[in-house]
Amino acid sequence: MTTDVISRSTTLSAKPTEKQGQSTSVKMTARNINAFFGKVQALYDVNLDIAGNRVLAIIGPSGCGKSTFLRCLNRMHEVAGGTMTGTVELDGQNIYGTDAVLVRKRVGMVFQKANPFPTMSIFDNVAIGLRLTGGVPKSQMNDVVEHSLKQAALWDEVKDSLNKSGVSLSGGQQQRLCIARTLAVNPEVILMDEPASALDPIATAKIEELIYELKKDFTIVIVTHNMQQAARVSNTTAFFYMGKLIEFDETKTIFTSPKQKQTEDYITGRFG
Amino acid sequence: MSITPFVPSWQYYRRKIAGATMLALCYLSAVLAIVPLVLIFFYTINRGVSYLNLDFFIQMPKPVGEPGGGMANAIVGTLVLVATGSAIGLPIGILTGIYLAEFGNNKFAYFARFMTDVLSGVPSIVAGVVAYGLVVVPMKHFSAAAGGVALAILMIPTVTRTTEEMIRLVPHSYREAALALGIPMWKTTMQIVVRTAFRGIITGILLSIARIAGETAPLLFTALGNRFWSTSLDQPIGSLTVFIYDYAKAPFEDWNNQAWAAALVLIILISGLSLAVRVVTRSKFVQR
Amino acid sequence: MKYQNQESIVSHLRLKTSPRHNLGDVVFKYTTMIFALIVLSLILLMGYEMYQDSKPSILKFGWSFLTGTTWDPVQEEYGALPFIFGTLVSSAIALVIALPLSIGIAIFLSELAPPRLERPLSFLIELLAGIPSIVYGLWGIFVLVPWIRTSIEPFFSRHLGFLPIFHGAPYGFGMLAAGLILSIMVLPIIASISRDVLKSVPQTQREASLGLGATKWQSIRLILKDAKSGILGATLLGLGRAIGETMAVTMVIGNRPTISYSLFDPGYTMASVIANEFTEATSSMYISALIEIALLLFVMTIIVNMLARILVWSVTRSTR
Repeated sequence: MTTDVISRSTTLSAKPTEKQGQSTSVKMTARNINAFFGKVQALYDVNLDIAGNRVLAIIGPSGCGKSTFLRCLNRMHEVAGGTMTGTVELDGQNIYGTDAVLVRKRVGMVFQKANPFPTMSIFDNVAIGLRLTGGVPKSQMNDVVEHSLKQAALWDEVKDSLNKSGVSLSGGQQQRLCIARTLAVNPEVILMDEPASALDPIATAKIEELIYELKKDFTIVIVTHNMQQAARVSNTTAFFYMGKLIEFDETKTIFTSPKQKQTEDYITGRFG
Repeated sequence: MSITPFVPSWQYYRRKIAGATMLALCYLSAVLAIVPLVLIFFYTINRGVSYLNLDFFIQMPKPVGEPGGGMANAIVGTLVLVATGSAIGLPIGILTGIYLAEFGNNKFAYFARFMTDVLSGVPSIVAGVVAYGLVVVPMKHFSAAAGGVALAILMIPTVTRTTEEMIRLVPHSYREAALALGIPMWKTTMQIVVRTAFRGIITGILLSIARIAGETAPLLFTALGNRFWSTSLDQPIGSLTVFIYDYAKAPFEDWNNQAWAAALVLIILISGLSLAVRVVTRSKFVQR
Repeated sequence: MKYQNQESIVSHLRLKTSPRHNLGDVVFKYTTMIFALIVLSLILLMGYEMYQDSKPSILKFGWSFLTGTTWDPVQEEYGALPFIFGTLVSSAIALVIALPLSIGIAIFLSELAPPRLERPLSFLIELLAGIPSIVYGLWGIFVLVPWIRTSIEPFFSRHLGFLPIFHGAPYGFGMLAAGLILSIMVLPIIASISRDVLKSVPQTQREASLGLGATKWQSIRLILKDAKSGILGATLLGLGRAIGETMAVTMVIGNRPTISYSLFDPGYTMASVIANEFTEATSSMYISALIEIALLLFVMTIIVNMLARILVWSVTRSTR
């Protein structure tokens, strides 16, 4: 008990200059995750490997711990006042052994409700992450913003109104703006917490297309309560129930021949 | 089928009448509250306007007995005093407010918050006595700097508490969004959260400036007053409020009239700040 | 188990610290904390400063400073009772007048007024609170005092002149004028805080009593019962303001250190004696005595404000 696990762990080194192009390598691993809010336990001993450059969907009924698990992956869980045990590794390095700020720059997050900064223009919303974490000279800022907005498929819609407020956009546009904001700091992993649940079907379709495009460059973990969405966008799917990881497999397998009874009940709509 | 009719009892009438009387009294008190406000505004405008002229703003006070003259030095003096007070009070108030909002869930912070509220109830004349002891006595003479210190003491609690409350109003999701970008906590607070709360904080600042601009008691024996031109922090300085006090007590009608004019200017200045608050609240990016 | 040190991670995270603190965060936290400390120590510094400066007076007069009725700078004899009396009486008059009116306004704003009336009226009340005290004083000298001298005081001495509180010549400047002007000044404070307190009573309370067949007024009475301690807190905040109010009172109270039963007679308050005599005080004992009055004022307002804050906090917090 007295040995400090932290001292054993390696520190996150500088970001690799090139991204792994291969799809099968393991990008993140979660081991023995137990998460708590005060005395209430939200996750029980979750183990999961997340493959690089693929989309992992996390499904399950409300309150099953899927969002909590997502937030453990970039240390946002502790921001909400939660605690946890276990380890999460990014490229083999313990993310709990270093400054959370360094982790979150490499593991970005998109939230359920679009939350562009209300006092900033569209341009500033995208640029703010880089501006405040440093590393990009001012002269390149325009290029980065344009590139990020293009990646988020928003450029054509906003290129003439970059000085307008971020909250002047429609709901779907705001969410893509938030994605562009995340992309601008060039993370390796993007966590999405029900990114389309507040959007109409057309805006949802756009986000899903975007996810499909983004997986070429990023590793994506998406939490969703919409099973069709999981089936459409993901390569692998994890089913959570009552804070436990029940089943994890290729998406096709999960939706066609689940091995667990609970998984089958859930995807056939018998509960949740 | 039998029908029960609505038959009022005599108690019903009694409580109905008692209630109506009390409600009428409530309406009456609302009307009564407006009366002094209207009277004060009426007299200040009515008597002030006729003595307000260009001389008032650009002339210096005339010696005793000579009619005319103005309060140019007092207007500038009030500005100097308010600026000095703000220069000391705003940084302390704002940073304390940020501390209370961001790290305010411990015993020390609860105590600090409570004492800030208590400090806001300390009479302004007491702030003057303290500034006298802290600044005038060591300097051995009255000065604008001492007046500024007294005003700073008075503005700190208001600025602290509005800053805290405005920061607390910022939705948690903005903070999370910034943290998820890998922005450090302190930058998140200063650049994202405070920026989002900026307009509210400015409102609080303007209101506290309006308050100290109208203060008289703490200046009486710190900044003292000065009938001559001065902008030096090291010297006694005149202010609109102290001039109103001196001129209102004076046995010269001309001075009494100038006191009304100064009161009008003061009220316009303070209402102007309230108006500025409204303009600030309507800025480029409207928060929903 | 592969990871044997989970416990240490838990205890670590429960402290909400990251293994390696971001240096900026630490600097930021302690910098802002220093400023909070400054504010906190300011109030101690104020007390200490005044205590030090008033020591000569405290040592010389002791408790008799509070009970002495002679204020004679020439003989260096200082007793503060007339000022304490003046402060308490003028504040009491202010509360007697302002409290019922304020509660009426608060009820009107929170229970009766339609929104389109409530907003402008609230704004006007705030405006009343924002008028500088010197302007109240100016208005007091030239409008209120003459009116009291020519109308109010003759009226009372004609009809109620047998009461000792209405004895004496109608002079205008005096306790009555001070109490009246203070009542106008504390009214917006008591009214606006009482309104907030009333509004924090849950809507279900109103519906519950109305649902039992209560009239509007009966239901308001029940709400007032709930809000009692909050309104008491608001009253104490108003009292704190009245005790410390300086300029307006100084300009209308007549400034004579006597204790008189008549409201028509001039008086003097703690705040106004400081305002009037501080710059004229020549001897160090004179200044010391004045600062002791300031210290008394400071202690009084702090106690009143502490009680008030505790009462207001307890109401508006628990119902949120």
